[in-house]
Amino acid sequence: MKKVIVGMGTCGLSAGAQSTYDRLSELLSENAGSFELSGTGCIGMCYREPLVEIREGDERTIYGGVTPELVEEIFEKDVRGGKRLDEHIVYSLDGKGEPSGSEAEFLNSQTRIVLRNCGTIDPESIDEYEAAGGYRSVRKALLEMTPEGIVEEVKESGLRGRGGAGFPTGLKWSFAASYDSDTKYVVCNADEGDPGAFMDRSVLEGDPHSVLEGMIICGRAIGASFGYIYCRAEYPMAIHRLDLAIIAAREKGYLGKDILGSGFDFDLKIKQGAGAFVCGEETALFASIEGQRGMPRIRPPFPAEKGLWQKPTNNNNVETFANIPWIIDQGASAYAAYGTEKSRGTKVFALAGKVVHGGLAEVPMGTSIHDLVFKIGGGIKKGRKFKAVQMGGPSGGCIPDSLSDTPVDFESIPATGAIMGSGGMVVLDDTTCMVEMARFFLEFTQNESCGKCTFCRIGTLRMLEILTRITKGEGREGDIEKLTELGERIKEASLCGLGQTAPNPALSTIRFYRDEYEAHINSQKCPAGACDALVDFHIDAEKCTGCTLCAKNCPVDAISGEVKKLHVIDNSICVRCAKCVSSCNFDAIYKS
Amino acid sequence: MPVKGGITTSGREETFSYRLWRYDGAPGELIPLLQSAQNHFGYVPRKAINYIAGVTGIPESEVYGVITFYSQFRLRPMGKHVIRACAGTACHVSGSKVIIETIEDELGIEVGGTTDDGLFTLNTVACIGCCSLAPVIMINDETHGNLTPASLRKLLRAFRRKAKLSVSKAAGRDAAAAG
Repeated sequence: MKKVIVGMGTCGLSAGAQSTYDRLSELLSENAGSFELSGTGCIGMCYREPLVEIREGDERTIYGGVTPELVEEIFEKDVRGGKRLDEHIVYSLDGKGEPSGSEAEFLNSQTRIVLRNCGTIDPESIDEYEAAGGYRSVRKALLEMTPEGIVEEVKESGLRGRGGAGFPTGLKWSFAASYDSDTKYVVCNADEGDPGAFMDRSVLEGDPHSVLEGMIICGRAIGASFGYIYCRAEYPMAIHRLDLAIIAAREKGYLGKDILGSGFDFDLKIKQGAGAFVCGEETALFASIEGQRGMPRIRPPFPAEKGLWQKPTNNNNVETFANIPWIIDQGASAYAAYGTEKSRGTKVFALAGKVVHGGLAEVPMGTSIHDLVFKIGGGIKKGRKFKAVQMGGPSGGCIPDSLSDTPVDFESIPATGAIMGSGGMVVLDDTTCMVEMARFFLEFTQNESCGKCTFCRIGTLRMLEILTRITKGEGREGDIEKLTELGERIKEASLCGLGQTAPNPALSTIRFYRDEYEAHINSQKCPAGACDALVDFHIDAEKCTGCTLCAKNCPVDAISGEVKKLHVIDNSICVRCAKCVSSCNFDAIYKS
Repeated sequence: MPVKGGITTSGREETFSYRLWRYDGAPGELIPLLQSAQNHFGYVPRKAINYIAGVTGIPESEVYGVITFYSQFRLRPMGKHVIRACAGTACHVSGSKVIIETIEDELGIEVGGTTDDGLFTLNTVACIGCCSLAPVIMINDETHGNLTPASLRKLLRAFRRKAKLSVSKAAGRDAAAAG
């Protein structure tokens, strides 16, 4: 029987997957037994959601942009008639594993280890996870391997922490394992807070068991019998699926006392984060689990010695844990075969911004930025010019197009002044102002600074004030130097990663786009035409209907025109408040 | 597969009062208690702070300190429809600023505020995670993407109209019942 699978990740649901699913279940109840219906997580093609897959044996056909109307056509022609609707197919695999379809390149250019099950299994079914090889690694780790052996295997794989800093995972585990204590903890950091990053959410929603499995194996390796998953409350779907996964794993005996008869006990609890970016920092995260304000504390002692509740603790992020079952199952050398010498394996990136194919892409370490943006990402929207990628969110920096040959790994990216980060990659085109970009991130980190260290608390505010002034055309001579000096001081004098990296967006844009800063300061011009205060506003003659709304809303009467006739903005009077842009019902006002 | 709040790994619906009753002095329960209070009341009322402080023995000042540290907690009731405008990077480069300004202008409130009729509350959120639909807002649990000022105003007005309709219907029912 044909199986119909709907992509039900947050991205799919946002694009209307629920009504697609509902229409399918109506059709199923009208035609009982005609097909099997289920949901799955994010397959990564967020730009073509809602996605519906028809699976029969080894044959897979994925349709993109499936509205409830298209569902009917697919049901009639494909599910019933066996005739494929070629024009809507984004990806298909025939019985021999030959891929085709309009978006085949997007998936074929990827190597999926972390995302191995995302978009192919039903995340709410432990049976499907087991059928895909799930929990085989727990069996192997608990029954055939010693704790030391597990640590060695992870060390040999060369896996490095995927949360951003890239600390070798095996080494981290060996630290936590080396301390004697009656109680130890495994913590999974699922507090993905970078604006523009959604890799961990997709893994939690699409393959929650892989994270649990990684944590159980880690518990065995370091001698911990309890774990916490710290997940942001803004991810209700991820929390829901984790809940279901934990319940199912307990029922099957993968969690609880004496797992698989090995004598090893392990259980887990979800802690919902309450919305604080700084809680991505591990010591702040522990404080938050303990029920306090999430503020970082001084290290040493390091978490491996005194972490959560002063007990030895090992903390890794979602993607790191999701790699573990694959490494144990396939072996360290299979994993180490991917990537570069110092950065092994693959990395998941969330492609977003001005790129045609926004979505999730997993590639071997060492793939060039150019390949990610153009081969997988499909290039820049509206055929505009590629300007830079922003990596690492508020802690990272911009890498300009001139350096697009840079391979993504833990050595090359930091050399450009950006950071690997957790994997958010926002693509920018020539309409993005780099000064404004830096201001945006400083506003974010300034707001999220917990306030403990003076340089981070006050220094970022001063930087934000200077950047805001520059974007308003009120920059002064010496501002760039002041920003650079402040930035260096903040990096030196902050306790945690938030402060140590907060100046990066400003510093890296100054490094590569100093001319843009100078244009703002010296000639009050925004080369990208993005800063409201430094551009002219115009009305599109084709879109304007002469409704007079913009003229009524203009606080300085800079807009003139008669009813039902084209209106005109007098830029010598205009104060650039942009009220007309937001008041127009026809999107007729543009900047230049 | 709709998301239901409140179900936990223990497999049971845990209300605020149940959680308070169940509290056994285990450390680290403050934030979950506050979350369940907010689920129950829609915000964290003064009374809930009293209760929590009384049960846990944590001073009210400390409870308040935790509430104000995290962006999730609110000390005032929210509107019927909660709008969460995404201010993530992808939305930012796709014009979320003018989107937020449009909401502020259309509803006459600022970010963090609630309309006088209690219909809308406007918040921003760091990232909703559907960057390919930028700019995006969420109204309650529904996500609306690829917005322009014009399409956004239409959307908000549709919500207004629906709310008015249900008010006048209710009024009609009351009148009929009275008559």
